[in-house]
Amino acid sequence: MLKYKIERAPAPVWMRTLIPLIAIPVTFLITSIIILLDGANPITAYYHFIISPLAGKASAIEVLVKSTPLLLTGAAVAFAFNSGYWNIGAEGQLYAGAIAAAWIGMTLKDVPPIIGIPAMVLGGFAGGMLWAFPSAILKVKLNVDEVVTTLLMNSIVLNVTSFLLNGPWRDPVSMWPQSPEIAAGTVFFKLIPRTRLHFGIILAVLIIIITWFVIKRTSFGLKMRAIGLSREGAHFAGIKVNKTVLTVALVSGGIAGIAGAGEVAGIHFHLIDAISDGLGYSGIIIATLGGLHPFGVGLAALFIGLIDTGAQTVARQMGVPVYLGDVVQSTLLLVTLSLFVLQNYRIRRVK
Amino acid sequence: MHAVQMKGIVKRFADLTANDNIDFDLEQGEIHALLGENGAGKTTLMRILYGLYHADEGEMLINGTPAVIHSPKDAIRLGIGMVTQHFTLVPTLSVAENMVLGETGSITVNLPDVEKKVAAASERFGIPVKPQALIKHLSVGERQRVEILKALYHDARVLILDEPTAVLVPQEVEVLFDALVRLQNEGLSVIFISHHLNEVMEICDRITVLRDGHSVGTVRKVDTNLKQLANMMVGRENFGVTRQGQREKGRVELCIQGVHATDKKGLPSLKGVSLDVHQGEILGLAGVSGNGQAELSAVLCGTKKTTSGKVMVGDLNLTNAEPSAVCAAGVGRIPEDRYANMVGELSVAENLVLDQLDQFVNRGILDQEKIQENAKKLINEFQIKASPGDRVRTLSGGNMQKVMLARTLSQKPRVVIASQPTRGLDVGATDYVRTTLLEQRDNGAAVLLLSEDLEEIMALSDRIAVIYAGRIMGILPAQEATAEKLGLMMAGAPTLDRKGGVDAEI
Ligand SMILES: Nc1ncnc2c1ncn2[C@@H]1O[C@H](COP(=O)(O)OP(=O)(O)OP(=O)(O)O)[C@@H](O)[C@H]1O
Ligand SMILES: [Mg+2]
Repeated sequence: MLKYKIERAPAPVWMRTLIPLIAIPVTFLITSIIILLDGANPITAYYHFIISPLAGKASAIEVLVKSTPLLLTGAAVAFAFNSGYWNIGAEGQLYAGAIAAAWIGMTLKDVPPIIGIPAMVLGGFAGGMLWAFPSAILKVKLNVDEVVTTLLMNSIVLNVTSFLLNGPWRDPVSMWPQSPEIAAGTVFFKLIPRTRLHFGIILAVLIIIITWFVIKRTSFGLKMRAIGLSREGAHFAGIKVNKTVLTVALVSGGIAGIAGAGEVAGIHFHLIDAISDGLGYSGIIIATLGGLHPFGVGLAALFIGLIDTGAQTVARQMGVPVYLGDVVQSTLLLVTLSLFVLQNYRIRRVK
Repeated sequence: MHAVQMKGIVKRFADLTANDNIDFDLEQGEIHALLGENGAGKTTLMRILYGLYHADEGEMLINGTPAVIHSPKDAIRLGIGMVTQHFTLVPTLSVAENMVLGETGSITVNLPDVEKKVAAASERFGIPVKPQALIKHLSVGERQRVEILKALYHDARVLILDEPTAVLVPQEVEVLFDALVRLQNEGLSVIFISHHLNEVMEICDRITVLRDGHSVGTVRKVDTNLKQLANMMVGRENFGVTRQGQREKGRVELCIQGVHATDKKGLPSLKGVSLDVHQGEILGLAGVSGNGQAELSAVLCGTKKTTSGKVMVGDLNLTNAEPSAVCAAGVGRIPEDRYANMVGELSVAENLVLDQLDQFVNRGILDQEKIQENAKKLINEFQIKASPGDRVRTLSGGNMQKVMLARTLSQKPRVVIASQPTRGLDVGATDYVRTTLLEQRDNGAAVLLLSEDLEEIMALSDRIAVIYAGRIMGILPAQEATAEKLGLMMAGAPTLDRKGGVDAEI
């Protein structure tokens, strides 16, 4: 007779990769309660959530559009988390990148794209880095908790944006608080005409691959992972902990900044208040869901992009609030985190 | 009456069988030793008894009744307590708080009450601890007492001690043994794991020997001797490495001048330590634990700042240098706490190169082939029971230590700082490490050996310094050192002159 039993031991690797996949149906089960309360049919709702967006070409492309900044914020957060630096500030760093990009777009007048586009990318990177710097330096010099400081930096940048848009940068011809349009040469080119899919996604995929390479293949990556797993052990082995953490924090901010630049240069063409609406926070969910592995992050970003798109379809088709998308996302994070407990168990067949 | 019976225990980790059909029984009121080489499966067997692992096959009887032990909670309920190789106390909490941690009886904790009970238990079993003290302020020996007391606090009738003496000095071992005998007289049973055969012969009633996951057999102390035990463990009888001959001393390679430093509580613990270690010599630093050795080792390893004083390696000033600079200067370091100073979640291969990544990198990219090769070579040389891809966390205590030793000693350091290098190693591995240290010395390295094991100090050192209360009491050439003289100095007898003679008066 065969019996199975559960025991406390690290689960096999494939099991760990399975956890996010188990989390998805569990999340759907939980959130369907809310949908039911709203008087809608969960099955239809989930059909619109995850199937409809992929059914049509236009909406499938829209999924990729939505995923573009998510790939970047997810990569940014995962990069930092790998070294144990808990960067919660991707949202703020994204805004800082967007502000920097908007400034470059307004300042450069007649540039060819070959100069304009790299300038936007570098500008976004620099902006994000700049915004990540205070928290990073406080962390390595004074050991101030980065969770708190990066979070606070998020609120500051929102106010800076409002100030710019209602004051010095306000576009006089527009009704809305927004900056003047960026120069044509700084706009990210379209990948498919008459859609919103732009160069940013190529950049994002590239950055995912680069972060993977750095984390898994380089000595810098091994050092940052060692620090993330045991600061004391890494320090003892002669790894320059502060220098490494500082670099990681700044690069992480920079990647998030590129996401902001992409939104300005690829989607909105000027700076607006609602340039992000939580893309940075979604990055945390994506990084966790992706198990902090850049490729996992890639898949998770596409999935969250799908849910974001789906939320709009559901809202349109069934009249439930768009916020359902956020509810699903947050529930997914909680469920995934809870399911990570499964990592510590394995099921074994006994004879 | 058997307090514990384990029958046909099998435990596999992936394709490794750590326990292969082991029978083990513990009688009421006996002290039973578990012997075996590093990685033989001792800890695994005990973790099964304590509910930390589950056996794949086999059954257990506690006091004659079949028992299923799913977790330490079950074990505690059945009266089994365990002190693990790596302690599990929460450093930021007090002794008393640690006692009741994980208890789920009620929501509130009556701390003064707990403290009173702890004090009473401490008195009754003759195990001195202060209930209010914070764990992080305690020495390793004190932490162990807390662990033991914690088990007793929960009414353990069976006490498992996994290499308790590895972290103790001889005097503390005596205190521990006194306590164990007292427990035995109260009817408790003790399982005692150790690599020191003489300890086992001193205190135990019966001895079970494990080898490669098998049980070689159980013998009564009165029916056996050291040679037979060694033979059962590894299949050979003779052990022991000693320094061969005198050597010409080279120039001073490690120079420590007037070093002051504080301990974890911020109290002065090094009060002007000065030592010179020459090329091609082993300078042994003897002393009772807690007299500043840990701080001195940390200062030299780069993990602790001095308050004043100077550390030179050759012409390099390494005072308050970061570990990276210390590594770069060619100082090999074997720290006291190996577990904390490695990255448990990284693989053996990765840990083996972590402090010398430059050697294994090609334009910033890791040279995986070279890393694997290095791991295979060192695993073979140091007989580490593990494969390159295993996470260090999963290794047995002794094997974890061998990883640290291999990493340090394979780099041909010019200075070696070795703290308790053979702690937790089996006899074979101890010999190997001692031989390697002597080799380093013969190749011209300056070796500072910090050890609480006088035998080890006397067997290896060219000169022996004694530390007491943060000061160097004196330095003796090895030929003049006797256990008695050293013992007096370790107890704080001050009148020894620096050149090595002992004043006639003492
Ligand atoms: N959680 C684990 N996962 C994988 N392998 C393990 C695990 N725990 C132990 N092992 C392996 O099982 C074997 C036996 O280990 P164990 O800790 O029981 O040895 P030991 O006899 O206590 O040795 P030591 O004297 O060095 O402490 C070792 O080869 C070890 O690597
Ligand atoms: Mg062990």
